[in-house]
Amino acid sequence: MNIEFDFGAVLSEWPLLLRGVAWTIGLTAVGTVLGMIVGTFCAWARADGPKWLRAIVGTYVELIRNTPFIVQLFFIFFGLPAAGVKLTPEVASVIAMVLNLGAYSTEIIRAGIEATPKGQIEAAVSLALSKSQVFLRVVLPPALKKVWPAMVSQIVIVMLGSAVCGQISTEELSYAANLIQSRNFRLRGLHRRHADLPGAVGGAAAAARLGGAEVLLRALSEHGHFHDHG
Amino acid sequence: MADFSLWDILRNLLLALRWTVVLSLIAFIGGGIVGALLLFLRLRGGKAIGRAVGLYVQLFQGTPLLMQLFLAYFGIALFGVDVSAWTAASVALTLYTSAFLTEIWRGCVASIPKGQWEASGSLALSFGEQLRHVILPQAVKIAIAPTVGFLVQVIKGTALASVIGFVELTKAGSMISNATFKPFVVFSCVALLYFVLCFPVSLYAKNLERKSHGRRA
Repeated sequence: MNIEFDFGAVLSEWPLLLRGVAWTIGLTAVGTVLGMIVGTFCAWARADGPKWLRAIVGTYVELIRNTPFIVQLFFIFFGLPAAGVKLTPEVASVIAMVLNLGAYSTEIIRAGIEATPKGQIEAAVSLALSKSQVFLRVVLPPALKKVWPAMVSQIVIVMLGSAVCGQISTEELSYAANLIQSRNFRLRGLHRRHADLPGAVGGAAAAARLGGAEVLLRALSEHGHFHDHG
Repeated sequence: MADFSLWDILRNLLLALRWTVVLSLIAFIGGGIVGALLLFLRLRGGKAIGRAVGLYVQLFQGTPLLMQLFLAYFGIALFGVDVSAWTAASVALTLYTSAFLTEIWRGCVASIPKGQWEASGSLALSFGEQLRHVILPQAVKIAIAPTVGFLVQVIKGTALASVIGFVELTKAGSMISNATFKPFVVFSCVALLYFVLCFPVSLYAKNLERKSHGRRA
């Protein structure tokens, strides 16, 4: 059988793929920043907060960690409008990613917070720092530094997970790939011998994403190293 | 059109839950077998094989599972083989699982002190005997907790099979919500069912982890 991969048809649509890459990176960046803020707050709540707040945060974390991202996304995008909250695909994607990363980073950051030596907190308290000052200036910075590698892997997982956002027509990389595929689609039955585009497009998109994730990972971990030694 | 009551929704979702469970089991067991083979290759084989397995792991850990599913579904069809959603989902999830499990297990084997290998080697045990009698019994103990933990990832991963038309819990949820116009209720139920499936496994994994940490401390 004669199969030829025709990447040309894919590459000629490069602006679309590029825009997809931009969306993927943008979604991940926004999701990461907001998600880590949520995670930090929840980690604080779980470590120091009042009992009722601890229970709520615990439920939130377990709910998110034990359901698939795609279901969370569908719930937010398709489910919430029925309850009166209408969201664009992009906003729904960001909310889903923030909630998702927030839950995972809660656990990660909490581990860092719990690893703080007691003497540090006692020393800070004896210097008459207020409770919030102790948390923000003494406990949090070294905790974040400690858990940074775990955080980076989680961010990459979220980035890979953002592929699912194409399912609700957020125009990220996978969506772009699917769009190109359906524009140029050559029906399998008609052109069995000809290059089948979906495979090629999928391959290209996957390769691009792999490269992107690697670069991000490396940049972030270098950043982390810099902090470690600095 | 017949009216869907909450019970109807739940009953149909429960029926679809079967396929989520079956697909998870296929992926987990298949992935375990492939992962074990890869681990063996990595331990036994030379540098080149080790690097090849490493690349395989990187490939599956560094690309979205969604893309792997697309490639399995549309990509295999490229070679003139008609694949059903069942086959594509099973193959993709099995490979995905094998990549993660082989990496987890490699870490567990690597954590066994080198002296154990050397001591058993000096007793003239063959490679297979070393593994069977000395290394694996210790490594398995360490491996159980993260392996059970990964099962949760696999169960959640099967949700993505819905996008290639495999009717499991998530796909059934979309279909029912399209038919009933009650997405809020339906997706709440879907999420709840996943939670019911995953949470006990998570708890069990956490428990195992605590136990093994206690033993080692």
